[in-house]
Amino acid sequence: MFNTSLKQLSTQLAEKKISSIELTTEFLKRIKQSNPEYNAFVTVNEDISLAQAKAADQMIAAGNAQPLTGIPIAQKDIFCAKGWLTTCGSKMLANFVSPYDAGVIERFNQAGAVNIGKTNMDEFAMGSSNETSYYGIVKNPWDTAAVPGGSSGGAACAVAARLAPAATGTDTGGSIRQPAALCGISGIKPTYGLVSRYGMIAFASSLDQGGPMAKSAEDLALLLNVMVGFDPRDSTSLQREAEDYARDLEKPLAGLRIGLPKEYFAEGMSSDVARAIEAALNEYRKLGAQTVDVSLPNASLSIPVYYVLAPAEASSNLSRFDGVRYGHRAASYTDLADMYRKSRAQGFGAEVKRRILIGTYVLSHGYYDAYYLKAQKLRRLIAQDFAQAYEQCDVIMGPTTPTVAFNLGEKSGDPIQMYLSDIYTSAANLTGMPAMSIPIGFGDKNRPIGLHIIGNYFKEAQMLNVAHQYQQVTDWHLRSPV
Amino acid sequence: MQWEIVIGLEVHTQLSTQSKIFSGAATAYGAPPNTQACVIDLALPGVLPVLNQGAVERAIKFGLSVGAKINSPSIFARKNYFYPDLPKGYQISQYESPVVQGGSITIQVDGTEKTVRLTRAHLEEDAGKSLHEDFHGMSGIDLNRAGTPLLEIVSEPDMRSSAEAVAYAKTLHGLVRWIGICDGNMQEGSFRCDANVSVRPLGTDKLGTRCEIKNLNSFRFLEKAIDYEARRQIEILEDGGTIRQETRLYDANKDETRTMRSKEDANDYRYFPDPDLLPLEISARWIDQIRSALPELPQARCNRYITGFALPAYDASVLTASRETADYFEAMAQELPEHAKLCANWIMGDVNGQLNKDGIDIGDCPVSPAQLAALLKRINDGTISGKAAKTVFDSMWQGELDRNADAIIEAKGLKQISDDSAIEKIVDQVLAANAQQVADYRSGKEKAFNSLIGQIMKATQGKANPAQVNAILKKKLDQ
Repeated sequence: MFNTSLKQLSTQLAEKKISSIELTTEFLKRIKQSNPEYNAFVTVNEDISLAQAKAADQMIAAGNAQPLTGIPIAQKDIFCAKGWLTTCGSKMLANFVSPYDAGVIERFNQAGAVNIGKTNMDEFAMGSSNETSYYGIVKNPWDTAAVPGGSSGGAACAVAARLAPAATGTDTGGSIRQPAALCGISGIKPTYGLVSRYGMIAFASSLDQGGPMAKSAEDLALLLNVMVGFDPRDSTSLQREAEDYARDLEKPLAGLRIGLPKEYFAEGMSSDVARAIEAALNEYRKLGAQTVDVSLPNASLSIPVYYVLAPAEASSNLSRFDGVRYGHRAASYTDLADMYRKSRAQGFGAEVKRRILIGTYVLSHGYYDAYYLKAQKLRRLIAQDFAQAYEQCDVIMGPTTPTVAFNLGEKSGDPIQMYLSDIYTSAANLTGMPAMSIPIGFGDKNRPIGLHIIGNYFKEAQMLNVAHQYQQVTDWHLRSPV
Repeated sequence: MQWEIVIGLEVHTQLSTQSKIFSGAATAYGAPPNTQACVIDLALPGVLPVLNQGAVERAIKFGLSVGAKINSPSIFARKNYFYPDLPKGYQISQYESPVVQGGSITIQVDGTEKTVRLTRAHLEEDAGKSLHEDFHGMSGIDLNRAGTPLLEIVSEPDMRSSAEAVAYAKTLHGLVRWIGICDGNMQEGSFRCDANVSVRPLGTDKLGTRCEIKNLNSFRFLEKAIDYEARRQIEILEDGGTIRQETRLYDANKDETRTMRSKEDANDYRYFPDPDLLPLEISARWIDQIRSALPELPQARCNRYITGFALPAYDASVLTASRETADYFEAMAQELPEHAKLCANWIMGDVNGQLNKDGIDIGDCPVSPAQLAALLKRINDGTISGKAAKTVFDSMWQGELDRNADAIIEAKGLKQISDDSAIEKIVDQVLAANAQQVADYRSGKEKAFNSLIGQIMKATQGKANPAQVNAILKKKLDQ
């Protein structure tokens, strides 16, 4: 049951071969067994999950089922869900029970999906290893000495370890794709503006985008069909005609032009990753695709630009966590300034503080032009690079990460090394383009490797087609560590 | 040395939208604390702002009324600082590219016209309120006001006296109410002024160091605070000192300003474009729609009253201080087109007097323009005297006889005696009874004439038409 695709689960539920209660109970059982080791979930609430499952079974019985009705979904703890503890991986929100539902949660609820629990994550989504979570590290189910990636590390672990059929993530610089790659699952960050950010706790507003994480591209398509949609409560949400992201899955790939940016195949990529990418590209050539060399001359600027803009926005977004209205407040303080200082000093972890400091600095009087404004200009140059590349190709491919999962603790003392994990992924956030990662094999220490597929704006259906066709001729996505 | 005072004003006007600028919560004043603060106003994790188009429309309305440029795109920016009644830790405001850029306002001071240039007017959200009383050793936070839409209107330093500053503030106050974007209620904080004051030697161009006086919520305080502050600065400079740039507060009880914070303590607000709000595109079509729906503006009406109704400039400016007053006047003037000045006198005199006494606005005036016009017609056609008209007006104010002037005149017997033969008869009687005074008058004592008039009016209980009495008496005495 736990290896079954969403489409099959949906059919079995519709044909009443299983009930949502059975399915939910099974996954709750698996979580109970394995979570003490993996720590993928921060909160599990059996009562709410089972009540939702019961309601889903009634929907199915009444003939009102939609494709995801009754299917358990693990929700990243960045999404506010009514009645659920919503911590965002931080001590700051250790006591925050959300009184409202995020747009994404609402859409899953309306689809009749079951919230199976809230997944662990790097604190406020700031991290690439899930080691900055106040709620403890998450282990990579393929190798418990390795990190699962981050910030959606709990979600990636939950799907890989089959603790949930699918999960949600959010991606500000690679936070869906990097953990998906490191845990050997599929994940997609849609075009900025497709998935509502309402109720998704903001890290860097102009970069944050929610998206699904699952076992296969086909599953991702079904999840996107639920997650994507205009939300008037989010001013950056796009009003577009609804589309079926599964519509092109079966299209043959003959004639597909795959762009290979020379900058992504330069030094920095480890040899095991390079070998796996080459093998995957050969599969694509066999499927009738052709590869073309393209160039993204400003690719190397992505990380510096990202680490100016994301902290700048974060420093302001995190100001609301001041201990005044909710969240952590220091037990004792002498005056207002002291209350702010102590509450925030105690409530935030080191990485969050580092980024608030960087962000505050780059926005400061006298530095704004040199950092923030300059970074915004470079951001446009990076987008121009991609626009030019797409004149020669349909999708761009490369590695999702330079190496397989690193060991727990290996980079946590070296922020620069940690930041370089996002070297291939952050450009898609800066440009707002859709990008995904799919598993394509194993490298060093038998740890998973991901292929990064970047598409032009709103080309999700095509990218899912590209991923799905590969998954029809390979079985990496079916491999599981359990 | 002669000093010149230089003043610029920043006025926060609360826009009259039903809901807040970035949330759907109500803006009504006076609700129990925190009952008008939704998850967005409380800045819960994950919430996002959505711009209220009504606030933008009002800002555009204002811009068009002062001949300003409407910027498109217009950008919202975050102004970052920590304060307990600022829930997000930043205020959404505008920095570069405000909705309204430039424009000007014409003011009248002592009969002279002057133009004050505007720098800009930008949209922003109000903060909540900190309540330091009633809580032992703690502060209370009321977020009802948080997110209330404000238009901050910034002038150039074009004013040279507190009188000019007050005239500007009053004209602006009249304008925002006139175009219906702000209720102008100063007690409730709907119209708040900050004054930037500096002084310089008369005849020099370089601006002196300025101090900003915050939160002046009455025209009187505005005037007194500026006067005090200018005096303070001049004294320091004359003693050889220098002015420190700072923000000051006006203490009305002591009638003085005092330091709130110096420039060195000023926050670095770290303004940057709010990534939650897209640049605001304002189409030419939208601007045209708003322009075509604009009412005739006070300045235009004022000019029309001067040229069309031949009113003195002073009367015209008083009548156009508020749209309700102007509308009242115009409704009356329609009934009495040849007697606009009489209408103006009555509105500025008796009507305003009664309104002030009862503490009500002209919009709620118990006597309608038509009712008052009906009364004035009776003065014009000689039915009653001006003095009797005041008696009728008082009765109308009290609501007697459905405020029907004719009915009141009838009931009170206030009709004038305008029949020449009737008046002649009474004049003859009075002359016969006062031979001495007649003789006095004829021997050149002019005062005797008035005494005789008094006798005649007394005999008619004041009802005789004074003009006729005058003419007939004169004729009889000169015979």
